[in-house]
Amino acid sequence: MRPRTRRLIIVLFATILILVAVGLTIFALQLNANLFYTPSSLKERGGPVIGKTIKLGGLVEIGSLEFGDNAEMIFVITDEGTEKVTVHFRGIAPDLFREGSGVVSTGAFNNELVFVADSLLAKHDENYVPRELQSSDYMKRDYD
Amino acid sequence: MTEIGHFLAFIAFAASLAQAYWGLLGVRRRSAQSALIAFVATALAFLLLILAFLRSDFSVALVANNSHTLKPWIYKLAGTWGNHEGSMLLWCLVTAGFGALGAYKLNSGRDLFEARAIGIQGLILFGALAYLLFASNPFLRIDNPPLEGASLNPLLQDPALALHPPFLYLGYVGYSFVFALSASALIEGRADRVWASITRIWAMPAFVLLTVGIALGSYWAYYELGWGGWWFWDPVENASFMPWLVGAALLHALIVTEKRGSFAGWSVLLAVLAFCFSILGAFLVRSGVLTSVHAFAIDPLRGSLLLLGLAIFGGGALLLFALRAGKLKGGQDWYFGSREGALASNNIVLIVATLTVLLGTIFPLIGEAVGSPMSVGEPYFHLTFVPILALALLMLPIVQDWNWGKLRRTNISFALRISFGLAVLIGFVAKFVFDSSWISAFGLFLGFWLIFGSLTELRRRALQWSKILRLNLRVLGMTLAHAGIGVFVLGAVIESSWRVEESITMDVGETRRFAGWSLTLDNVESIEGPNWYAQEATITAMNSAQQSRVLKPQRRYYPAARMPTTETAILKRATGDIYIALGDYRAAPSGGYFVFRTYFNPFIGLVYLGVSLIALGGLLSLAGSISKSAKGIRPVKSESL
Repeated sequence: MRPRTRRLIIVLFATILILVAVGLTIFALQLNANLFYTPSSLKERGGPVIGKTIKLGGLVEIGSLEFGDNAEMIFVITDEGTEKVTVHFRGIAPDLFREGSGVVSTGAFNNELVFVADSLLAKHDENYVPRELQSSDYMKRDYD
Repeated sequence: MTEIGHFLAFIAFAASLAQAYWGLLGVRRRSAQSALIAFVATALAFLLLILAFLRSDFSVALVANNSHTLKPWIYKLAGTWGNHEGSMLLWCLVTAGFGALGAYKLNSGRDLFEARAIGIQGLILFGALAYLLFASNPFLRIDNPPLEGASLNPLLQDPALALHPPFLYLGYVGYSFVFALSASALIEGRADRVWASITRIWAMPAFVLLTVGIALGSYWAYYELGWGGWWFWDPVENASFMPWLVGAALLHALIVTEKRGSFAGWSVLLAVLAFCFSILGAFLVRSGVLTSVHAFAIDPLRGSLLLLGLAIFGGGALLLFALRAGKLKGGQDWYFGSREGALASNNIVLIVATLTVLLGTIFPLIGEAVGSPMSVGEPYFHLTFVPILALALLMLPIVQDWNWGKLRRTNISFALRISFGLAVLIGFVAKFVFDSSWISAFGLFLGFWLIFGSLTELRRRALQWSKILRLNLRVLGMTLAHAGIGVFVLGAVIESSWRVEESITMDVGETRRFAGWSLTLDNVESIEGPNWYAQEATITAMNSAQQSRVLKPQRRYYPAARMPTTETAILKRATGDIYIALGDYRAAPSGGYFVFRTYFNPFIGLVYLGVSLIALGGLLSLAGSISKSAKGIRPVKSESL
């Protein structure tokens, strides 16, 4: 086989595969790229969209945590103090989840505009701020 | 004592410079001597640091920040590498170890090539020690030693995680020596069959150790994080998975270069990339640029220095490659429908798959750069990486019996058709009898297809079933590893398709049904360990056959680190794990309850069995290569091709 023909086949195969990969990636990103919001940036960018998965981060408002039946927990995420979002979550919260601490939740708004979280990520230690929250002045104040 | 360690690290630093100097000048003997000195000095320095941890010498800043007198001694020991500085010293030790081992084990009869490889390893060690001594020094003292240390992150106080870093580093750093061999071949402008055979002997242990390291980390995440899963596509996990994928591609490319002399340039490039991805992994984990479920100590300076190292070594090697690639000789002629073509396709698929993982991993950084923070989760990887790799695995049983050079027969053997038919049948049974989804049915088909295909290949090579054990170890290793992938695929598909996951609530005395078991909460009590106290629930699990087992999940609190952890209870059965994590007590309006996260993970053992078979296959193949090179059958003259 001539090296040129061989190279052509390999390049062709690689190109097809890369095109498939790019296609799949674009498709996957459209479905799954979760934009990050804080309650106030959510308001700025047009408010909640029902059913779309996003990441919502902020502080768990002190005094807002309530427990329902069936392992349900209800709490309020806030940031600069004015905007608030009510979050529902079923299950065990991360070990470091507590009122007044930082949390990043992934989930979507339901028809009643309640944010239903599938997962919660709490800050790891005294110095750890979820990276997405580092730019927020409010957060910095909290951890200084 | 610690000052002696500090001093020894500087001696190693000087010795590594000598190793690089003599090596690059081509004086093999002196370079090898320096490599040995560097290794012994680093090893002693590491032992002294371990001693400081065992003795809880809190005048050493690192010990004060990461240890505690009440910790069990085994975690004091493991605490040495359970932090950034100590793990960097371990990294240096492994780098020096590979240099010294190479200096005394390389025996190709080409002194200049070997000297340069040892020299380049010295250069890498020099860089690693400079990073250690000037940016993350473990030997620094503090003026006012505290009476008690701040303890190790309790999540890391675990047997699997004590072993996980050493294995992972042995793998990562193993690629440094593969890199050194390749860079040396580039300097010489000769990457031939001898080079490939030597490089494969060094790339294989790196791959096996990395496999074991990743598996240990995954197993730890499974039972310690309390999330029920074994792989989360977390940046830290991906950081170790990318070098693994490139390493797998490298092992396959090197076979071609070793047997046929072809793909020389491509093999060298992959060897360089495998090491680059190892450094990139270190960067992603250490710099804290990504939000991870298990983020490490965060320091931007360390990150920048690692990037600098990546730029110097990776950039330098790529530059060298650009200069010398044209000089590398090609091998024997081949058609696309041949083993060469199959292995070339394997490499293309693995590299494209690696790139999708890379993109998904650094995507949050891209998002941040363009001003809209976003991230991708598990679904992204299921839609990109998984189908691309599935395509390659689908082809594997067909192409693994292709001949070198040119396909002699185009028909697929009868045995292979039977294998295919059986696997398809199993898929259809899953779909129509057990009512699975099409994707799960396809996954089951693929797993069985790989296993049957590997058996068929073994039978074909051995000619008779009875002669299978007399086969070449490399053939046995290859088929075992490929069957291992099949077993892994089965485990992964069954586990993710039929996993049952529930949050259940129980107060003491109550019973709940879960996955065919009845779970009764007998009591919840407070208990105390050496450096923690905990709430421990006692749950009696009973199945329909009235067999009962007691499960004791805990919620621990480590006062020294002021951190709670979840200790899951896992009931292992042949058909899968019943997995229970204890949550908090909640006073709900209709009465209080404890929350439990329960999982039934069917056949999750197959995931780890599959990975073990891959590692074992690698070991067999390595044994085969070593015994072959010891017998001297290895091709010596590339010119004769």
